[in-house]
Amino acid sequence: MPLILTEEQTMLKEAADGFLSENAPIAHLRHLRDSRDADGVSRDLWRAFGEMGFAGVIIPEAHGGSGLGAVEAGVMAEALGRTLTPSPFMGSGVLSARVLIEAGSPEQQAAWLPRIAAGEAIVALAVDEGAKHAPSKITTTAQRSGNGFVLNGAKGFVLDGHIADALIVVALTENGLTLFLVDPKTPGIEIERTIMVDAHNAARVTLTDVQVDADAVIGAVDGGEGPLEAALNLGRACAAASLTGAGDQAFQTTLEYLRTRKQFGKLIGEFQALQHRAAHLFTEIELARAAVLGALQRLDAGHETAPLAVSIAKAKAGRVAELAVQEAVQMHGGVGMTDEYDVGLFMKRVRVLNELLGDAGFHTERLARTQGY
Amino acid sequence: MTDLDTFRAETRAWLEANCPAECRGPLDNEEDRVWGGRNPTFKTPAHKQWMEVMGARGWTAPEWPTEYGGGGLSREEAKVLASEMRRIDAQMPLSSFGIWMLGPALLQFGTEEQKKRFLPEIVRGEIRWCQGYSEPGAGSDLAGIQTRAEDRGDHWIVNGQKVWTSYADKADWIFCLVRTDPEAPKHLGISFVLFDMATPGVTTRPITLISGKSPFCETFFDDVRVEKANLVGTLNRGWDVAKALLAHERTMIGGMGMIGGGRPMGQVAADSVGTDDDGRLDDPILRAKIAELEVDLAAFQLSMERVGDQVKARQVSPAIASMLKYYGSELNKRRHELSMAAGGSDALEWESDRSRNGTAARDWLRTKANSIEGGTSEVQLNIIAKHILQLPGA
Ligand SMILES: Cc1cc2nc3c(=O)[nH]c(=O)nc-3n(C[C@H](O)[C@H](O)[C@H](O)COP(=O)(O)OP(=O)(O)OC[C@H]3O[C@@H](n4cnc5c(N)ncnc54)[C@H](O)[C@@H]3O)c2cc1C
Repeated sequence: MPLILTEEQTMLKEAADGFLSENAPIAHLRHLRDSRDADGVSRDLWRAFGEMGFAGVIIPEAHGGSGLGAVEAGVMAEALGRTLTPSPFMGSGVLSARVLIEAGSPEQQAAWLPRIAAGEAIVALAVDEGAKHAPSKITTTAQRSGNGFVLNGAKGFVLDGHIADALIVVALTENGLTLFLVDPKTPGIEIERTIMVDAHNAARVTLTDVQVDADAVIGAVDGGEGPLEAALNLGRACAAASLTGAGDQAFQTTLEYLRTRKQFGKLIGEFQALQHRAAHLFTEIELARAAVLGALQRLDAGHETAPLAVSIAKAKAGRVAELAVQEAVQMHGGVGMTDEYDVGLFMKRVRVLNELLGDAGFHTERLARTQGY
Repeated sequence: MTDLDTFRAETRAWLEANCPAECRGPLDNEEDRVWGGRNPTFKTPAHKQWMEVMGARGWTAPEWPTEYGGGGLSREEAKVLASEMRRIDAQMPLSSFGIWMLGPALLQFGTEEQKKRFLPEIVRGEIRWCQGYSEPGAGSDLAGIQTRAEDRGDHWIVNGQKVWTSYADKADWIFCLVRTDPEAPKHLGISFVLFDMATPGVTTRPITLISGKSPFCETFFDDVRVEKANLVGTLNRGWDVAKALLAHERTMIGGMGMIGGGRPMGQVAADSVGTDDDGRLDDPILRAKIAELEVDLAAFQLSMERVGDQVKARQVSPAIASMLKYYGSELNKRRHELSMAAGGSDALEWESDRSRNGTAARDWLRTKANSIEGGTSEVQLNIIAKHILQLPGA
C-alpha cells in the first residue's frame, strides 16, 4: 500500500476540508465558547455531518454508514484538527461506533449505528478514571444482581458525556472487563459537564448502584477488552491525525506570519534563526504525517503491528504538534499570547488531544514494552 | 494470489537459495562492505558471489530499467525485495556511489551512449566511483568551485584541487564539477564531467578522520585530459546535474539513519545495563531516550517510504530530499550517541578483539560527519526554509 492517499481518499479530504472551513471554521468554536453554549457542539452541524456521510464514515452501509475504514476516519479527524471544530465525531463516530461494530448485538447495532451515522445520536465512551489514560487500571465495577448488574465507579474525560443519548461504560467484572450500554438517565448516574481549556466537551460521570439489565452488555461478559482495545486504537490513531491537522495548521499560520511581519526593516522570515526553526518543524510534521498514515493503513489491513504503529503515531504526532504550537506562539511574539489570535487556540487543543487516549509518554512506554525492554 | 504475492514468494525462494549464510546478519565492520571496482576486496568468497548473483539479476539497482542492467522492478516490487532482504537480514550486496548518486543522474541527464556504457558496469560492481565536488574554498558554497577545464577542441585540460573526496584512492572513475566558463556568474559556468582516475595527472592523498579511518582524500589534477564525450548534460549547465545528484546523495545519507537492523537497541542495552524486577531496562532515563528514538526511527522509516511513493506519484516537493538528509543524519547521530551510552565502558574500547577493534566507537565518530557531508544540516535547513517560506528574492 503506497503511503499516500488514494484518489477517493483525497476527494474525501477535500470534501471534509471544504465543508468544515465553510460551515465550521475557527469562528464556530469561538462562537460556541463565547456564547457559553449549553451543549458545546452544534447539533445541526452533527446532522449535516450525517448527511455528508462523515458521521458514519466507518459504519457499514447496511447500517446507514459509508462503510469506509481507518484512513478515512483519520482524514476526517485531521480536518477537524485544522478547524478546531468541536464535534461528536471522535466520541460517537469513532470510539462508540467501533465498539458497537466490533461487539454490539444485532439489536444494539440496529438501535444505534444508523442514528450515529445520521448524526442524530451522540454516544459516549466512558473509559478513563484517573487523571491519566490507563485502561489497565479500571476500578469501576459491575456486579451481578438479579438478571443484570450493578455498576459503581467514577469516570472522567468522557467525551460529550453531558449530552450523550447513551453511554458505553467500561467496568470490571469477575474475570475481565465488560462493556455496558447504559441510558444516562438511569437512576444513580450523575453527569457533570467539565468545560475544558480548549472549549471542547467532556464530562465526569459517577455511577452509584446503577442497575442495568443483562441485555445492556455489549458482546460477552468479561470479553470487553478486545473490542475496547480495537476502539481505543482507532481512536488513538484518529487523535494522532487530529494532532497532525492542528499542528500543521498552527505551522501554516506561523509561516504566513513569518512572510508578512516586519521588524528591523525586514520580514522576520528572513532571519535565519527563525528559518531554521521553521524548516525543522516542517520536517517533524512530515514525519508525523507518515507515522499517522502508516498506522491508519495498518489498522485497515488488520496488520499485527497495527497497535505498535498506532503508539508510534500518537507519540510522534503528540510531540510534534506540541512543538508546533509552542513555536507558533513564540514566533508570533506578543500577539501569539492574545485571545484574538488563533494560535493560542491551537495550543490549547493540542494539549487536550495529547492527553486524550494516552500521551506521548504512555505510548512510548507501550513501545518499549512491546519491544521487550 | 496477486502478482505481488507471487513475486514475493518467488523472491523469497530465490533469496533463500542464493544469499549465502556469510552474507546474512549485521556487518561487523565498515571495512567489510563490498564496494566492487577494478580491484575489489571481499571479506569472504561468498561476498563476491553474493554481489555477482545480485548484480546479474540487476537487483543491486532494482528499479533501474533492464536495458541498462537494472532489475526493472516496479516500486511495489522493489519494496517487496527490500522487505524480503530484511527478513533474512541479508547484507547489501554492493555499496556504490554509482548506484546511489551517479546512476540516477545519468538516467536523467546522460546520453544514450553514456547510459549504455556506464550503467551496466555500475550495476555489476565493476567500476567504483568517487565524487569530486568539494574544494578548499568551496564547501557549503559549492558553486564557488575553482577547478578549471580549458577547452582544447576535442578535449579539456583540467587543473585544480578537490578535497574530502571519499575513497578517491580506491575509486576507478570520478564524477567531477569543473569550471568551464570563468566569466559567467558562478552557477552558470560549471560543467559535470566524468574521467578515469588512472588518467595521467591525477593524484590523491588520504586524510585521516577522528574515527581513525581514512576513507577520504585530497585529490589533485595536474593537466588532466578529459574527453568531451564524457560531459554529462549541457556545457556550463552542470549545476543542474550536480543538484539532481545531490538530491540522491542526500536521500542516501539520510537513509543511513535506518541501517542497523538486528535486535532493538533497547534489548541490547538491557543486556549490558541489566533489568529491573519487571524486566525493564534498569536505567529509566536511558530506556526512555531509547524508546523515544525508536518512535522517531519508525516515523522516519515511514517517511522514507512515503517519499518514495510521492516521487512515484509525482507529488514530491523539492524540500523533501533536504528534509530526509537533515533528519536522517541528525537521527543517526542520536542513535549512535545512545548506542555508546547503552554499551557503557565496553563501547569505549578502541583496540580489542572483544570490541571488534572499537567498531562501536569508530562508527559513532564517523556519524558526526553525516550532518556535514553532502551539505551540512544548516545548509539543508536553508534549502527547506527557502521552499516553505518562498520569500521574494530568497
Ligand atoms: C565524511 C565526509 C565525506 C565527504 N565526502 C565527500 C566526497 O566524496 N566528495 C566531495 O566532493 N565532498 C565530500 N565531503 C565534503 C562535504 O560535502 C563538505 O564538507 C560540506 O559540504 C561542508 O563544507 P565545508 O567542510 O567546507 O564547511 P563550511 O562550508 O566551511 O561550513 C562550516 C560551518 O558553517 C556553516 N555554514 C556555512 N554556510 C552557512 C550558511 N549559509 N548558513 C548557515 N550555516 C552555514 C556550515 O553548516 C558549517 O557548520 C565529505 C565530507 C565529509 C565530512
